[in-house]
Amino acid sequence: MSISKQIVADFIANDVRFVTTVPCKQLGGVIDEVEARPEIHHVPANKEDEGMGLCAGAYMGGKRSAIIMQNTALGVTINTLVTLTQFYRMPLPMLISYRGELKEPVACQVEMAVHTKALLNQLNIPTYHFHRQEDGAELDAILKYTFMCNKPVAILTDATFWGGY
Amino acid sequence: MIRSEVLREIAPVLREALVVCNIGLPSQELHMIDDQPSNFYMLGTMGLASSIGLGLALSQPKPVVAIDGDGSVLTNFGTLPTIANNVADNFVLLIIDNGSYGSTGDQPTYAGKKTSLAKVASACGCENVVEVQGAEAAEALRTALDSGKMTVLVVKCESGNIKVPVITMDPVVIRDRFMKAVRS
Repeated sequence: MSISKQIVADFIANDVRFVTTVPCKQLGGVIDEVEARPEIHHVPANKEDEGMGLCAGAYMGGKRSAIIMQNTALGVTINTLVTLTQFYRMPLPMLISYRGELKEPVACQVEMAVHTKALLNQLNIPTYHFHRQEDGAELDAILKYTFMCNKPVAILTDATFWGGY
Repeated sequence: MIRSEVLREIAPVLREALVVCNIGLPSQELHMIDDQPSNFYMLGTMGLASSIGLGLALSQPKPVVAIDGDGSVLTNFGTLPTIANNVADNFVLLIIDNGSYGSTGDQPTYAGKKTSLAKVASACGCENVVEVQGAEAAEALRTALDSGKMTVLVVKCESGNIKVPVITMDPVVIRDRFMKAVRS
């Protein structure tokens, strides 16, 4: 099974039924699989904070939800993470493409990468970093942890994990 | 007619639906006028009432009304194409358009100038867009809910605020009782 299919299979096995996405080249295979699986209601969002609002509504409607996004968008989601997801204690797995890490060809992406973990740490968001392919085996446990503690949880997936560009 | 008077008019109709209410004075006013477990009060996160409402409507069958403001729609314009392209026929987006940022002191919005939110919603692909004056809001909301069609309802009214207490209910309590109302 491809890593993209395995990730989505883990989402489904953990009853995630509503996923919102903002496009990303690294996560393209995951987004295609989210769209293809009938178990998941996929709603593409125009911006990541909007996507987190959609996820909050879906969660309150009884569907476990998740967001797929790039780390470059972390800045625009801080207010939403703090005043909606965390303030109302809602679970939110955030599968994040960690742009700006090793094998990154675009210099500007590094500018946000150097702040990514610091911001997540400042927000007290549990953060996991997938660097080697075998790191993906932890996703199932991370999802269970997220829905156990009702918190946003970040899963950073870098270029090495995805096998380079 | 000002926003709080519109809310007073529509409050009896809102009881029939799950309500996601916009940050600031709209939530405080609705909380004072007719607090219900089926009301989700936003205490922060300007702009996301329509997104939360759409996610809720897509995930369960009960009717959902998101009460938004013109300023909040302007801050999250991306919501309108998402709503248009992900049709939930149990969803009404009710925009109380008083042409001003009420909660921050009635500074004018562009919706009170050249920009028509109804036209923007239509241009984004929303198929049932209705614009009414404040006095017609309750009847228009009932019609929208009865239609079984996703509707964007723009209610035009005057700017102006009344004195209301802040909501002191804990956010987790608001969320928990709301989710119980969703399941009931």
